[in-house]
Amino acid sequence: MSDDQPVISVRGATAALGARPVLRGVDLTVGRGEVVALLGANGSGKSTAVRAIIGQVPLTGGTIELFGTERKRFRDWARVGYVPQRTTSSAGVPATVREVVASGRLARRRFGLPTKADRAAVHRAMELVGLADRAQDSVTALSGGQHQRVLIARALASEPELLIMDEPMAGVDLGSQEILAATLREQVAGGTSVLLVLHELGPLEPLIDRAVVLRDGCVVHDGPPPEAVGQHALPGHDHVHPHAADEPLRTGLLT
Amino acid sequence: MDFLEPAFMQRALLAAVLVGITAPAVGIYLVQRRQALMGDGIGHVAMTGVGLGFLLNSSPVWMATLVAVAGSIAMELIRAYGKTRGDLALALLFYGGMAGGVLLINLSSTGSNANLSSYLFGSLSTVSTADITAISVLAAFVVLVTVGLRRQLFAVSQDEEFARVTGLPVRALNLLVAVTAAVTVTVAMRVVGLLLVSALMVVPVAAAQQLSKSFRATFVLAVATGITVTLAGTVTSYYQDVPPGATIVLYAIGIFIVLTLLATPLAKRRAKAAAQATADCDTRCVPASRRPTDDVKV
Repeated sequence: MSDDQPVISVRGATAALGARPVLRGVDLTVGRGEVVALLGANGSGKSTAVRAIIGQVPLTGGTIELFGTERKRFRDWARVGYVPQRTTSSAGVPATVREVVASGRLARRRFGLPTKADRAAVHRAMELVGLADRAQDSVTALSGGQHQRVLIARALASEPELLIMDEPMAGVDLGSQEILAATLREQVAGGTSVLLVLHELGPLEPLIDRAVVLRDGCVVHDGPPPEAVGQHALPGHDHVHPHAADEPLRTGLLT
Repeated sequence: MDFLEPAFMQRALLAAVLVGITAPAVGIYLVQRRQALMGDGIGHVAMTGVGLGFLLNSSPVWMATLVAVAGSIAMELIRAYGKTRGDLALALLFYGGMAGGVLLINLSSTGSNANLSSYLFGSLSTVSTADITAISVLAAFVVLVTVGLRRQLFAVSQDEEFARVTGLPVRALNLLVAVTAAVTVTVAMRVVGLLLVSALMVVPVAAAQQLSKSFRATFVLAVATGITVTLAGTVTSYYQDVPPGATIVLYAIGIFIVLTLLATPLAKRRAKAAAQATADCDTRCVPASRRPTDDVKV
């Protein structure tokens, strides 16, 4: 595989949720080592685009390729680290930070016992997000920002070449935002490609090579990050912030 | 220890221990994915299997296993595909299974309401050697799945979407959980009965997580609770004229209450420690001081 081959290549993607078309011909490319931000107002289709790329939303038209392989035939999921948007739904049984992060390692070793290398990778992922000292703590005891760091560590545990993150900064306190930005910076320095769904560029702005702006399921901008601060300056931005940025918030996708 | 003397008690205790292990072992995954009442649904569906077993003069245990497995697969498919009216579809399945069982058992020449009630509420003292063989084989399967695939099942039950992106065969694992739950229901049928089977899947897990903060500890503690209450209930029913199934479930609820009372001060202390750790971290990890050149390995 040549180095200039894009890690994500989306061509003319269309998708619908129920009867409502959400993606209406989206083109999106992420090159090797590139950091691309996907911006847009609520309902513009950015989360759907990301979920289509990882195969969680079926396309009604168009193509998606990951590492040059058609998505339906793509099996090498260890190369992709996915950080979902945190939701308020939660699991019903306690789990520690290490247990959750270790589940990300299953992308490398789906069945069979974890080796020393697997455990080391899990530990390294926790170190990267600054939570190694909380490994034995229950994820319910964490703040929203720490929780987000756990989700990122889980994605990093498989040592991916491509990180796909859906709103990694939503509801994350300032301290955690800086740690996340530093973690991401290290990954990018190491050659990882990144596709981020973002609300606003925020502390990640210096990292971002290119921004793709969606509106009503269509790409309206693909190029350098918009001058004005992120999508707040875009027409049609009507997002209501549900919580203050520095409020430690317990959402518990993992709890 | 004279309760160990009679052969029927030895069989009863063996069956009880196997149920005490398997029910919480499966139940923890159901609780984790917030399907705590799925065991109850499977129990209802298994009724039709029991009825069918009587009608066809075959073993009710094996017939119940077959029907419960089919029912649990149907439930999992409804959960996975029919998101909108899933609860109604499940209700139809539950009550259809229950009504079918009552009807079939009345149609059969050997079955009676007395027979039916031994499956509804358990009948430990009538567990036969053949039952023990069936229960042991099924329990071995359940333990193999729930312990052997614990990492995979944990991941799938924790965050299904993420599990799919790791490339795990999520649909197959979900079906496996459903089938294992169905098998467990039929294992537990003779001990606690179909109506109380779900309690033994859920209550030990609920009790365990009052104290535990990891999945592993919850698992171990839930199984320990399961074994304790099934043994205690069986022995109690030997000395006192009480139904073992109901006694076991009430013991489990008793343990839940005791652990909850014990855990309240513990939870307070933990919350305090966690708040302290967070505060420590915020002062220690001064964000601006972290750079790629720091000691953090890439």
